Amino acid sequence: MDTLLSIHKVSKTYKNGYKALNKISLQIPKGEIFALLGPNGAGKTTLISSICGIVRQDEGHIKVKTFDTIFDWRQTRELIGLVPQELTLDNFETVWDALSFSRGLFGKPPDTAYLKWILNALSLYDKRNESIIRLSGGMKRRVLVAKALAHNPELIFLDEPTAGVDVALRKRMWELVQELRRGGATVILTTHYIEEAEEIADRIGIIDKGILLLVEDKIKLMNKMSKRQLIVFVKNKIQTIPKSLNQFDLQLHETGAAVIYTYNKNASRTGITRMLSALSENKIIVKDLQTHQSSLEEVFLSFINKDQK
Amino acid sequence: MNFYAVWSIYKFEMARAMRTLFQSFLAPVISTSLYFIVFGTAIGSKIPDIEGINYGAFIVPGLIMLSVITQSLSNAAFGIFMPKYNGTIYEILSAPISPLETIIGYVGAAATKSIFIGLIILITATLFISFNIKHLGWMLVFLFLTSVSFSLFGFIIGIWATNWEKLNLIPLILVTPLVFLGGTFYSISMLPALWQIISKFNPVLYLVSGFRWSFFGTSDVPIFMSVMSIFIFIALCLFIIFLIFKTGYRLRE
Repeated sequence: MDTLLSIHKVSKTYKNGYKALNKISLQIPKGEIFALLGPNGAGKTTLISSICGIVRQDEGHIKVKTFDTIFDWRQTRELIGLVPQELTLDNFETVWDALSFSRGLFGKPPDTAYLKWILNALSLYDKRNESIIRLSGGMKRRVLVAKALAHNPELIFLDEPTAGVDVALRKRMWELVQELRRGGATVILTTHYIEEAEEIADRIGIIDKGILLLVEDKIKLMNKMSKRQLIVFVKNKIQTIPKSLNQFDLQLHETGAAVIYTYNKNASRTGITRMLSALSENKIIVKDLQTHQSSLEEVFLSFINKDQK
Repeated sequence: MNFYAVWSIYKFEMARAMRTLFQSFLAPVISTSLYFIVFGTAIGSKIPDIEGINYGAFIVPGLIMLSVITQSLSNAAFGIFMPKYNGTIYEILSAPISPLETIIGYVGAAATKSIFIGLIILITATLFISFNIKHLGWMLVFLFLTSVSFSLFGFIIGIWATNWEKLNLIPLILVTPLVFLGGTFYSISMLPALWQIISKFNPVLYLVSGFRWSFFGTSDVPIFMSVMSIFIFIALCLFIIFLIFKTGYRLRE
């Protein structure tokens, strides 16, 4: 697949000495939805800002298609649309004027039909003549998305697009991201909602302290990292786990009504059968079974924690 | 050249002025009319002619300059400060728009508003005082160049300012005194010799004097010096703006 965005050893240190990016390299193919995860201050926004031209990197280079963001800034910026993290809007403008302004700013002639399409897609058409100050927070968030799409960009950055947005609207946003991809766009999003990345991303990157710790296909990552737990509910509460079961590294549930067995689901032998037999041998009667797959959030936290150690 | 971007910024800034019509156009007209009533008609009638010109008419170019300079400064400073203040500057910084195009959009709109205000005040003045304009073409040239030069200066202030206080600081402590002491209400020939020399270090004197010359054909300083001083001021402002964009000062990290 063609590479749309190519980041090569990009570093950025702010005037106060804070190193926000440390030799970041990343390739994003055309049509991908890429989720960048990381705690606050990890460098997500700095990376996006460097690509968009808002922040100047100290080292390295960034290319969109074949254009360099420093030397061919006009071409690269025409290809990019940015939805910022904050609700930064001119409150006294109407929705329609805000979109027209954004489209013009990116060098595109007026296109009423296209702007109407965007507003309809974001359920904002009825509000087109409304001043932005009169809109709800969720609507303002959608206006920001609409402004970023106004010049029909090929590469769209969504910097925490669903922060402060209700569940229904969040789902609508996810559908929109998929629609944008179907329309040929490439989407890079940063998010605190792991559920969001899990739901819509093709690949996931984890960044912390300016270092890109990992870039992996979402499904592969979850398969690779996922631990599965088998929760075995027992008929009679137990106080301690018998020593003969030590080999299974079982955890006793705080209620004493269950033991938890952690295993790798991709292993050729999970050890479940042996463990259940061992329980039986120890006169522990099984009442019920339940499995739990670790989420991307747990995967993410395990990475961040490993990095901090 | 990204003409659509220049037009978008220009249109946006002009629309802001239209949304605040009273503040943008009516307020300066009202305040200048009060100057005409107080200094031109009431007090002016007791003051003898200056260089053969009725005092009421004499202050017309100065009062127009006073408004044009202060409005150019505040419009341009506010125009670029607001997106910095509310965060929408990200859109300008990430758009395919060059520093020159950005300046044309913002400064062009600020200068247009100031020229309109200047012309409105000129028309208003005719309601109070009778006068003729000797060099109409030069009057328009001075009006245009003054609006552009102080809009450029305002643009610099808008980028430099990090809060509302700073936004008003330079116009308040530097520009307003310079305008008042730049011969708006008097000819420097009326001052003692030492103050005449000191006044010649005031750049606004050259603007007011040149503008007044376009009205009545008399000036405190030679006309070529007035034109030269405006061009030097424009060049200086453009150089500072060039440095701002080159270094990203208070715009880009």
